[in-house]
Amino acid sequence: MVGSRTLGKRVLGIYLPLAFFIVFLLFPFYWMSLVSLKPTNDLFDLKYNPFWLQTFTLENYLYLFQNTAFPEWLKNTLIVSVVSTVVSLACSILIGYALARLRFPGSNFLGVGIFLAYLVPPTLLFLPLSQVIVKLNLYNTYWALILTYPTQLIPFASWLLMGYFRTIPKEIEECAMADGCTRMEALVKIILPLSTPGLISAGIFCFTLCWNEFLYALIFMSSGTMKTIPVGTVSDLIKADTLFWGSLMASAVLGSFPIALLYSFFVKYYVSGLTAGAVKR
Amino acid sequence: MLPGALLLMVFMAYPFFLGIWLSLTDSVIGAMGDFIGFRNFVDLLDDSIFHQTARNTLIYAMVTVPFKAVLGLGLAMVLSNRMRFSNPIRAAVMMPWIVPTALSTLGWFMIFDPVFSPISWLLKSLGVIKQNINFLGDPNLAISSVCLVNIWRGVPFFGITILAGLQAVPHELHEAAAIDGANAWHRFLHITIPTIRGVVLIAGLLSIIWTFADFQLIYILTKGGPANTTHIFGTYAFQIGLSATDIGQGAAIALYMFPILSVFAILLLMYLRRD
Repeated sequence: MVGSRTLGKRVLGIYLPLAFFIVFLLFPFYWMSLVSLKPTNDLFDLKYNPFWLQTFTLENYLYLFQNTAFPEWLKNTLIVSVVSTVVSLACSILIGYALARLRFPGSNFLGVGIFLAYLVPPTLLFLPLSQVIVKLNLYNTYWALILTYPTQLIPFASWLLMGYFRTIPKEIEECAMADGCTRMEALVKIILPLSTPGLISAGIFCFTLCWNEFLYALIFMSSGTMKTIPVGTVSDLIKADTLFWGSLMASAVLGSFPIALLYSFFVKYYVSGLTAGAVKR
Repeated sequence: MLPGALLLMVFMAYPFFLGIWLSLTDSVIGAMGDFIGFRNFVDLLDDSIFHQTARNTLIYAMVTVPFKAVLGLGLAMVLSNRMRFSNPIRAAVMMPWIVPTALSTLGWFMIFDPVFSPISWLLKSLGVIKQNINFLGDPNLAISSVCLVNIWRGVPFFGITILAGLQAVPHELHEAAAIDGANAWHRFLHITIPTIRGVVLIAGLLSIIWTFADFQLIYILTKGGPANTTHIFGTYAFQIGLSATDIGQGAAIALYMFPILSVFAILLLMYLRRD
């Protein structure tokens, strides 16, 4: 700390702004959780203070599991996220390694190409891509998302892993290769174990983005029970009458929870990954 | 390396060129149309909704980014202080950025509801307003409401990125300056700002690109309404290309984003490769 601050100065300079940010950034989550735990009648009763819980109930969550397709959405989201993450990581490890170590004709071009691919937004591609998905008979299958999500993930994950691979001294794998390892063996047995933090943050990054993705899921996997949590919640739980708020908020809370949990366990990796990507590149 | 390159080719590069082709045809969903040259692009120039969409998109991207940057800087400076529970606090304030935007936007959807809005309730009980505010239904208010949600979502990204930049400043520099008589404002101006300029620029350019090409936040809150006052390129392309099945015209709307996105992408690339 620069200088010695008095308590008053700390309150004005730190705690007051901090309180503002916490209220501003977290209020929507407080509100969502609150509504999801409220009986519908309490919601309508205007004499109650809406910022507090008068009666606690889990009926909205029960409704979600018994009367909606939420369990299927959960299953779909999990399958798509896990498989896409694995596919993306496998591809990114190879591209990241090539960018970090190999010099080949066009390697510089590949680097710039991967970077530009990172900046291509889904809104630019979704219309023609929907034609491709239909042509390949992938519409409303897991493959529609499993094959398209990696295009959004590979660019960033490759850059991130490239950064980690570069911090590992070349000599280590050169020794291994001199001792008879192939390049692939050296990558799997030596480089990957040494870049575990990079792999974890790339994995979290990929999983989070798959779990959260909306546009492609809305278009490519949208009929019957083949929806992901974000798409199912938005398209099936908003109803014409006004009794839907509790289950809508319950679904939003449950759908956010795994990501929040994952993230709070691995916050260190995620932040270092995010900043490695945004700052060091 | 081949599998990754193949995926990028089939599901990114190929659709990009297919999109250019579609935009030059009168295709509708289910039927490949005929080549009609630039008619889709020319027609859009006469479309008043498209004009409004372009204006909205500019407002949406250009107004929110400065707010996100300034609030993010504030957040970063607060978080850079040593304090109790700093790790859980950092994790908590990141939530708007990491949880599914579609789901947190539903939270805002209710906060903005004409009947159930807690903001309206609070202002009413304080006597500030008499009637509930129609945040998303009032054409004059809707764009501000969606901008607010976008700012809310983006502040943590700027905050954590700038925080990383701040931590690159050696602590001794601040102490030395303080000993030499520089007050907090001078230290902020001459030490903090120069060291984080680069990170802010990178985060700003990324944020402009992402906001410019956004979709889900607006799709969920307003679907582009009321009276098209919140349509942006992404939602308008969706409406024309899928809902109205006019996929050639929709592809042209999306491609109008391309030159502007390219400018920001090239700026970013130039900045990153400057040395």
